Amino acid sequence: MPFLNFIYKPQNKLEKEGRAAAPVQQDESEPEQKCPNCRKQIPLSRLWANANTCPCGHHFRMNARQRLSLVADKDTFCELFSQVQPADRLAFPGYPRKLETARAASQENEAVLCGTAEIGGQPCCLFIMEPYFMMGSMGTAVGEKITLLFEYAQQKRMPVVGFTISGGARMQEGLFSLMQMAKTSGAVKRHSNAGLFYLTVLTDPTTGGVTASFAMEGDIILAEPGATIGFAGARVIEQTTRKPLPKGFQTAEFLLEHGFVDAIVPRMNQKNVIAQLLKLHCGGETYESGRI
Amino acid sequence: MSPDAYERVKTARSNKRPTGSDYISNLCSGFIELHGDRRYADDAAVVGGIARLSGLPVTVIAIEKGRSAKERACRSFGAPHPEGYRKALRLMKQAEKFRRPVLCIIDTSGAFCGIGAEERGQGQAIAENLMEMMTLNTPVISLLTGEGGSGGALALAVADEVWMLENAVYSVISPEGCASILWKDAAKAPEAAAHLKLTAQDALRGRIIERIIPETGLGQPAFYAQLRSQLHSTFCTLLARPHLPDDRYARFRAFGLPAEAVTTRSGSNLDKE
Repeated sequence: MPFLNFIYKPQNKLEKEGRAAAPVQQDESEPEQKCPNCRKQIPLSRLWANANTCPCGHHFRMNARQRLSLVADKDTFCELFSQVQPADRLAFPGYPRKLETARAASQENEAVLCGTAEIGGQPCCLFIMEPYFMMGSMGTAVGEKITLLFEYAQQKRMPVVGFTISGGARMQEGLFSLMQMAKTSGAVKRHSNAGLFYLTVLTDPTTGGVTASFAMEGDIILAEPGATIGFAGARVIEQTTRKPLPKGFQTAEFLLEHGFVDAIVPRMNQKNVIAQLLKLHCGGETYESGRI
Repeated sequence: MSPDAYERVKTARSNKRPTGSDYISNLCSGFIELHGDRRYADDAAVVGGIARLSGLPVTVIAIEKGRSAKERACRSFGAPHPEGYRKALRLMKQAEKFRRPVLCIIDTSGAFCGIGAEERGQGQAIAENLMEMMTLNTPVISLLTGEGGSGGALALAVADEVWMLENAVYSVISPEGCASILWKDAAKAPEAAAHLKLTAQDALRGRIIERIIPETGLGQPAFYAQLRSQLHSTFCTLLARPHLPDDRYARFRAFGLPAEAVTTRSGSNLDKE
């Protein structure tokens, strides 16, 4: 604390030689992030050791591959459908540039990561949406990848685990985006009718066309603490109704209270809970028979 | 790009056009309205019931915007609450049980945007309709007569055939909403409308709909008679099809990517079209 220096300033050999002492705490090699909830600075290493959550309980946003490393067993992930590319079918102004920016920001081809993995030794199909790719918005490529994953899971008789993050349908692809809501819902329904298990984890934010399709269609719906989950945007609702929004409106806790999610599970416990749920549903239904 | 796209949006929104109830009473006979979602309430924005279409018993579900100022307010200007979608699904399940074809008449700016709608699960209600309609084992035709506003319209449009009136529009977002997100200026809605490709002609070109209904004599007896006969003959054809839900899934499954886009990443696809 530099302002206390006038009371007692420890001296060492380096300082006597005119060089500053290495700071005891908060060395510059340790970057920090400010928590928007408790407003404290948290060293990144500590944040990461705690699954990207603040000691106060705030869950920081994380990209799909980071989340993958938290959820899937080490070296079990096998990516699928990474070749599916977005297409600018409407020749929408600025869209190709937006896609390039999104690719650079996320290092991903699209706003969802799909594949197979094991979670606590339980094999499953897995999708994780990518917040740094146009905030996980759903265009034809996202819809196609999700649909392909459910069709693959149905064929291999595997459960699906999905982490949702989305601003909604991607308006730059117009009606083709909107149709993805129906297409993905159809794939989920057929997978479900085949007697297979689908679990969703709603993370911050899950809104619009993704809420109104595959996010809300899980057999079991979990949510991350504090996540914003809703259909219409809060700002739009406030402007339309000209009424103040209730406290905690459209949070995971709000949805739990109103009966739209099964449980709120902190990130640290998610892998364990998902593994347990998979185990409860997968007996005899996995792609390798005898593996229960 | 259609230069008159926003003109069509304005036409589609005009309160001079027939509303959902007009279509029901002119296309069908002996309509018996059935109310309520059996869970919470009856949504006046969605009118549903059973009637005869050229003698064929059908379940009809229509979004109703209302006529007078008072009626429009009472029907939330045709923006359904979750109860409206749940009522529609209840009536569709009932239709499936008795193998009645379902006719959905859609005219909405979108699902209702409000606190209560969120509290009662607007997203979940739409999602459930999308899922359940996909496997509904009875013919469904959806007719967009005015505005087809995003998920709120799609929740009644997972159909075997989707038809649009000549001046109807169908869009993922309102032109105003799109303009205010993209350019922070809702006044640029006409430009957004042109880019969104939301006219019936665009939807047909994109193979998202099967048919455009010309508006010659809109609201006149001859207009309804023609539409009635088209609906009746299509329902009869669909009733004879053996694997309706599979065909319906195939219809939506095709809304994917152009074949050349599903290749290894070259980046060049983005510059085409």
